[in-house]
Amino acid sequence: MDPVNAPVNDTATDPAAPASLEVSGLAFAYPDGHQALFGVDFRVARGERVALLGPNGAGKTTLVLHLNGILGGGAGTVTVAGLPVGGRNTAEIRRRVGIVFQDPDDQLFMPTVREDVAFGPAAAGLRGPELRERVGRALDLVGMGGFEDRPPHHLSFGQRRRVAVATVLAMEPEILVLDEPSSNLDPASRRELADILRGLDVTVLMVTHDLPYALELCPRALVLSEGVIAADGPTAEILGDDALMRAHRLELPFGFDPRVAGRP
Amino acid sequence: MGAGHAHRLYRPGGSGVHTLPPHLKLTAAFAFVVVVVSTPREAVWAFAAYAVLLGAVAAVARVPAGFLLGRLLIEVPFVAFAVLMPFVAGGERVGVLGLSLSVNGLWGAWNVLAKGTLGVAASVLLAATTELRALLLGLQRLRLPPLLVQIASFMIRYGDVIADEMRRMRIARQSRGFEARGVRHWGVLAKSAGALFIRSYERGERVHLAMVSRGYTGSMPVLDEVRADRAQWSCALALPAAALLICLLGWTL
Amino acid sequence: MHVPDGFINAPLSAATGVLAAGAVAVSLRGARRELAGGPAGPGGEPGGERTAPLAGLVAAFIFAVQMLNFPVAAGTSGHLLGGALAAILVGPCTGILCVSVVLLMQGILFADGGLTALGVNITDMAVVTTVVAYGVFRGLVKVLPRGRRSITGAAFVAALLSVPAAAVAFTLIYALGGTTDVALGKVATAMIGVHVLIGIGEAVITALTVGAVLAVRPDLVHGARDLTRPRLKLRVDGDLVDAPAPAPEPVAAAPRASRRALWITGLVTSLVLAGFVSFYASANPDGLEKVAADHGIDRAAEEHASADSPLADYGVKDVSDARLSGGLAGVIGVGATVVTGSAVFWVLRRRRASEAS
Repeated sequence: MDPVNAPVNDTATDPAAPASLEVSGLAFAYPDGHQALFGVDFRVARGERVALLGPNGAGKTTLVLHLNGILGGGAGTVTVAGLPVGGRNTAEIRRRVGIVFQDPDDQLFMPTVREDVAFGPAAAGLRGPELRERVGRALDLVGMGGFEDRPPHHLSFGQRRRVAVATVLAMEPEILVLDEPSSNLDPASRRELADILRGLDVTVLMVTHDLPYALELCPRALVLSEGVIAADGPTAEILGDDALMRAHRLELPFGFDPRVAGRP
Repeated sequence: MGAGHAHRLYRPGGSGVHTLPPHLKLTAAFAFVVVVVSTPREAVWAFAAYAVLLGAVAAVARVPAGFLLGRLLIEVPFVAFAVLMPFVAGGERVGVLGLSLSVNGLWGAWNVLAKGTLGVAASVLLAATTELRALLLGLQRLRLPPLLVQIASFMIRYGDVIADEMRRMRIARQSRGFEARGVRHWGVLAKSAGALFIRSYERGERVHLAMVSRGYTGSMPVLDEVRADRAQWSCALALPAAALLICLLGWTL
Repeated sequence: MHVPDGFINAPLSAATGVLAAGAVAVSLRGARRELAGGPAGPGGEPGGERTAPLAGLVAAFIFAVQMLNFPVAAGTSGHLLGGALAAILVGPCTGILCVSVVLLMQGILFADGGLTALGVNITDMAVVTTVVAYGVFRGLVKVLPRGRRSITGAAFVAALLSVPAAAVAFTLIYALGGTTDVALGKVATAMIGVHVLIGIGEAVITALTVGAVLAVRPDLVHGARDLTRPRLKLRVDGDLVDAPAPAPEPVAAAPRASRRALWITGLVTSLVLAGFVSFYASANPDGLEKVAADHGIDRAAEEHASADSPLADYGVKDVSDARLSGGLAGVIGVGATVVTGSAVFWVLRRRRASEAS
């Protein structure tokens, strides 16, 4: 059995295959006593694109940091493609879960784009032509081929965000986790990123307050509120449920009606 | 000042000096300065010869003389110190234009000026012909502790980001009508400095998370192994070797 | 004040280079300890891997903050040197490391400070400044009552002493390996006189900055971590009660009071000593000046004054500076005593702890 190399789309509908991500009973309190998660349960099948919605302070970032084992030690379990997060699996989990952080400047810490994209695969032991090919492929996927030798701070914000996505894609992850991918992007960069994400053959969990973007990209949405999953369903239905939205401090932009907005 | 500051000295080019592996250039510049510093100050001609050597390197690297001379201004505080020396140093004295000057002090001033200037010129040539990234790789190749090189490369990477944050804070202060004019405004500036520290430190924590998320376990993968062949070594070491010859002549003549 | 090439002779440059390399090597180990902490993953990664990004960002901060201009008056302005600030905010080892990296990069990238003088510059500006500042800071925090104001006060004194301490260190290096035989008294007077003024600015800025950090993220002030740790609460029958304080070390319980008393005694003694030193120095200004007179510097200064050159007031400055430097020697004496004292205490306490175990 080799879940990594299995074709992505065929298994999406197969209930027997291990889910890309399975979170059950996850609870966590920070060392200072503040409890952020109170028993989170959900499952993301392979190839799905899911939006994780929630107001500020709902525990979204805490949840994300559990997905690759940066935080842990509370109750509950996280499994990635059948592999429990934590302990001896940590290195493999971090290769399979690609997190794109909110500020691309935090993510792009190497002096050049090429070295940054190569960082993850190189840390996993890849070297030589294989590494070079991996870097080239990841940059091509986000339309940033040819920028290899640029220093990250000479790129525009949108370009930096795309390179940040490439740094993670270079690790060929099982699941791509994006933290506020559309923040600070102008409409053109926003659309470019959406096109890129739609074209990827990978499971996506997108953490965002940008509800139209969630509707545009993700057929399914989860609402995280006060440390638990408060709703789980088709994105259009969730956004259309006024009572639910109000209860969890989610607001649509002025003039935006999810029932009318055209699905792509 | 500020962004771009970190790259002001580098002048892109494809000359022989530019393409030498960085660790060779670092070694050559350092050896050259060591030789210069070890030269007896009385061998005035030797310093002229060193200047000619550096001039030749600058010509090969196509670094314009104006650029090189302009950068020497960094020395000005020490020039002031050197000018004082003939007045304050002890020993035998000579009268020049009605002033009594110490012979020893004059030699001292010459010594500091000549060696300091040559040192700055050598460093400027190094920085003008070597990219930041290459310099870091060179330091790594010269067996500097890897952790130190990592710290230096993070400093280079985020120096501009933080200087930018500082500039935005200044603009924010000015937009609200604040203009620091004297000591009584230091409190506000220090608050900005404190905020800048907190932001820097928190960014450090976030960068660490991003690194760990991509499998960082304490060491950076070395991707560009810079190697040098014998021809490059002999090319790079020509400068300090010539300098050493001059230095030895300076001691014996 | 970056020393260029040729200012200090080759042997001493090499010697300080070795010293600086040693200090950096020790700091590389120490910094791992100082920057450890924070949430460790379930895999239990060692904290050491946080060192590079955190120290790198702090170095970038120091580099940036040195560009922040603090206007003094009439168009002049000063800026922070940062050694004391780094020591107090991130600990002495990380401080040494960060300032050293800043100096290294300034030397290589901006030709600021000679390549062969790197050892002198690191020893002087990274090591001496940081160690003196941290020693004084910790010493004062121990004797002063707990509280935020004590921490900023201690930061003020620590930064105030650290700058002239660097000037003293420079003078010593110059005495051993200077390439011109300017009378030592002259160098000391000029260096220390100027650096006392710089030290005052440094002290004000450092104290204000530490205060600003303390107000928002007290946990980030390394030198005051143990003072700002919050008390844990427990929920008992619906009410919040203070968690019992962790049991104090069995040995430390009784000696704690006496150790505090010892600290205060030590500080008072060194202050009294310092008073004597400065009194002696100002009562006998010729102690330093005699050397200068023997070398004919005074005459030069007088001729100079009559020559109406821009340096005319040098002779006048001389006398007042002698008193200033005398008083200063006292202040530095206190700093040195506190540092030495803490070192002795630390060694003694460790020995006692190891005997007890």
